[in-house]
Amino acid sequence: MRKFLTVALTLLALPAFMLPAFARPVTTYKLDNGLEVVVIEDHRAPVVVHMVWYRIGSADEPRGHSGIAHFFEHLMFQGTKSVAPGALSKIVAAQGGSDNAFTTQDYTAYFQRVAADRLDLVMGLEADRMVNLNLTVKDVETEREVILDERNQRTDSDPGSLLQEQMGAAQYLNHPYGTPVIGWRSEIAGLTREDALAFYRANYAPNNAILVVAGDVTPADVLALAQKNYGPIKPSDAITPRIRAAEPPQLAPRRLVMEDARVAQPYVVRTYLVPERNPGDQKQAAALTILAELLGGNPSTSVLARALMFDKPVATYVSANYDGVSLDPTTFGLVVVPAAGVGLEDAEKAMDATLAEFLKKGVDQAEFDRIQAQLRAKQVYDEDNTQGAAHRYGMALASGLTVQDVQDWPGVLTSVTPADVMAAAALLDARHSVTGWLQEEKAQ
Amino acid sequence: MIRVLVFLALMVSPAFAEIKIQEVTSKGGIKAWLVENHDIAFTALDIRFQGGSSLDAPGKRGAVNLMTALLEEGSGALDAQGFAAARDGLAADFRFSSDVDGVDVSARFLTENRDQALALLTGALTAPRFDAPAVERVRGQVLQIIASDTKDPEAIAGDLLNTAAFGDHPYGSNPNGTVESVTALTRDDLLAAWKGTMARDRVYVAAAGDITPAELGAALDQLLGGLPAKGAPLPADVALQVPGGVQTQAFPGPQTTILFWQKGLRFQDPDYFAATIVNEILGGGGFSSRLMDEVREKRGLTYGIGTGLAIYDHAESLQGSVAVANDKVAETIAVIREVWAGLAKGVSQQELDDTKTYMTGSYPLKFDGNGRIAGILVGMQMLGLPVDYPATRNAKVEAVTLEDVNRVAARLLTPEALSFVVVGDGKP
Repeated sequence: MRKFLTVALTLLALPAFMLPAFARPVTTYKLDNGLEVVVIEDHRAPVVVHMVWYRIGSADEPRGHSGIAHFFEHLMFQGTKSVAPGALSKIVAAQGGSDNAFTTQDYTAYFQRVAADRLDLVMGLEADRMVNLNLTVKDVETEREVILDERNQRTDSDPGSLLQEQMGAAQYLNHPYGTPVIGWRSEIAGLTREDALAFYRANYAPNNAILVVAGDVTPADVLALAQKNYGPIKPSDAITPRIRAAEPPQLAPRRLVMEDARVAQPYVVRTYLVPERNPGDQKQAAALTILAELLGGNPSTSVLARALMFDKPVATYVSANYDGVSLDPTTFGLVVVPAAGVGLEDAEKAMDATLAEFLKKGVDQAEFDRIQAQLRAKQVYDEDNTQGAAHRYGMALASGLTVQDVQDWPGVLTSVTPADVMAAAALLDARHSVTGWLQEEKAQ
Repeated sequence: MIRVLVFLALMVSPAFAEIKIQEVTSKGGIKAWLVENHDIAFTALDIRFQGGSSLDAPGKRGAVNLMTALLEEGSGALDAQGFAAARDGLAADFRFSSDVDGVDVSARFLTENRDQALALLTGALTAPRFDAPAVERVRGQVLQIIASDTKDPEAIAGDLLNTAAFGDHPYGSNPNGTVESVTALTRDDLLAAWKGTMARDRVYVAAAGDITPAELGAALDQLLGGLPAKGAPLPADVALQVPGGVQTQAFPGPQTTILFWQKGLRFQDPDYFAATIVNEILGGGGFSSRLMDEVREKRGLTYGIGTGLAIYDHAESLQGSVAVANDKVAETIAVIREVWAGLAKGVSQQELDDTKTYMTGSYPLKFDGNGRIAGILVGMQMLGLPVDYPATRNAKVEAVTLEDVNRVAARLLTPEALSFVVVGDGKP
């Protein structure tokens, strides 16, 4: 039996703006083998995005095997009994399409973007590699070299990335978010074909996946194709709930000073451990989202920009960031790049003084209203980006949220009040923080 | 997988919705292209002024770059914060950027407050203030970028390549300018850069979305009517230098950046489409090129390698880039040279057919979204293409024969004259 549930994108009352004239219908259902399916219709152009999201990320890796989720994502391009190594991307490209994959702490996703009449083809390829992957020792070893090069390029060549990695490790004493997605170099180097196959068997199955199809398709056609391609795959009984090691209460702030000869521009980064979006309970995350906008969203009018770049120019760049899509508690981040001649200590003091002042004075209503206006307009602009919508649904569902949560989110954001934001700001507690300085290593 | 093979054999060219481009001329005589679509209540607008940072006056390197960054930092009665607040209150987006061939303005605004958004954007284009505090703030940001680039191997390699390839031409130096040149820029220099680059004799405009031709016409006169009729003279063409050999610069780190280049060809060249196919097979298209196969898939030497036909307004080249572990530099350069030499000898019918299907199939997929359409339409106008180009472009690709591609591969690719720039601790 399949469940069939159609929900039109919820249109909210928009006080200052007219309703979007155009809305994408979203349909969801579940195959008997547990595969969840989300169909997002957009008939403006004959294009389709086909994505499969697995509920397996780096935070689900066995200890000592860091990097295997991402390594395995690469190996998924190594071919099956019926598709030669590397051929999948070539088949998609030969159709004019593009394909790729990505891994985060909470999920691994594979996608193709093709003309809408090629959906059956890409589904067939994706369903095939969900269970029929063929791995030779040589392919695994060659790809491990590619991953080590990727780590060189993305992390080891960039002091800022190295600091980020160190700060993550410092922020999470016990929870696996402290391990970098790409993995620690020494552990990547030790990953084998057997490790990969064990990881594959444990995690790749229809009942651990979400299929998102967005574009010029009808739900009935997608369902028929999904039944044909994914329906025959047996569910796995190895899939267990994702309960990860919990983070103990942080009792003392943590500080890091990283020095590297390659640093041209020193900066201060601060992260705080804060709640994420939870199913049916997104209010606090919405308040944190708006708090990030208020503190550092706009480079001219945000709280940190006004104080540190305009009133007293001690910084050349400030930002605040928070993304609530996460299975477990996540971070709220602040960055201050000091102006020439300003030291990191003074930059950090100025940042903290600005935060303290904000907690005392509260929200600037005009800035708050502008942020709300932009959030409402985003719903109009987002209608023009179907791939973005596919991404939002996939990411949320793979991170423990529901379709309803995704559709509620714009409304939850617009319902946030200045008082909610100030309550969220109280979460930025120094005791739950990590502060990092990146500075140039001076020759000895 | 037999099913896949059958499917491929039955493949026909997909029927795509036509992109209907209208040519709009304002009452004031300003031209634009428009793809009208009233599904979603906003408009994307793209404006490009030809010339860009290559119009920097002698000794004023970085003026156009700094000027462009200051367009959103106050205009008319609004200071920087006033401008940002007004723009955000309307939920409009304006992006100002410059490159070696142009100054770009990309905007999107809601239908319901379009008049206010256009008025604000008009101010940014025609009455920028260049207030002293804003100039100093943004100058500080540019100086930090210049400092950061001195420790970024990719930026270092890019500068070395451009200097070696273009010498004294503006393409040969970094558009950000130097610490000395940027520090010395005055408000008068910025005003001169603004008047010299943002003029009506070099502007290309396109819009896509919820706007009619009449409304767009009025917007064009409002936005651009107040700009000077004529800007500074455009730079001359430059002959690309290809010294051959390998130029190295040491830089600490586990990885070495390698850039390589040789002569290219113009868009107007009758062999352009064949050359595009040659480049796709060589190093384009992501995962399915010969370089990706040989360097990444077979040998695991890199995370990624790619090439492209770099077509500037005043020069053209074929360029590529790769980053490898320090002990793999010599092997990688040898493999690149081998692939280059191999391809100069020709391609297979299968490679040609696959590349054509990719190029013809992917072309219509580019037109997704108002912002992307507006950008593509501006690019088409700058190349002097007709409005029906999207409907005829795939036929031009299909018309290329195996003989054409093999002739052009032999003509274009010069493995012996390939030049390399190597930045890192690796030894070539």
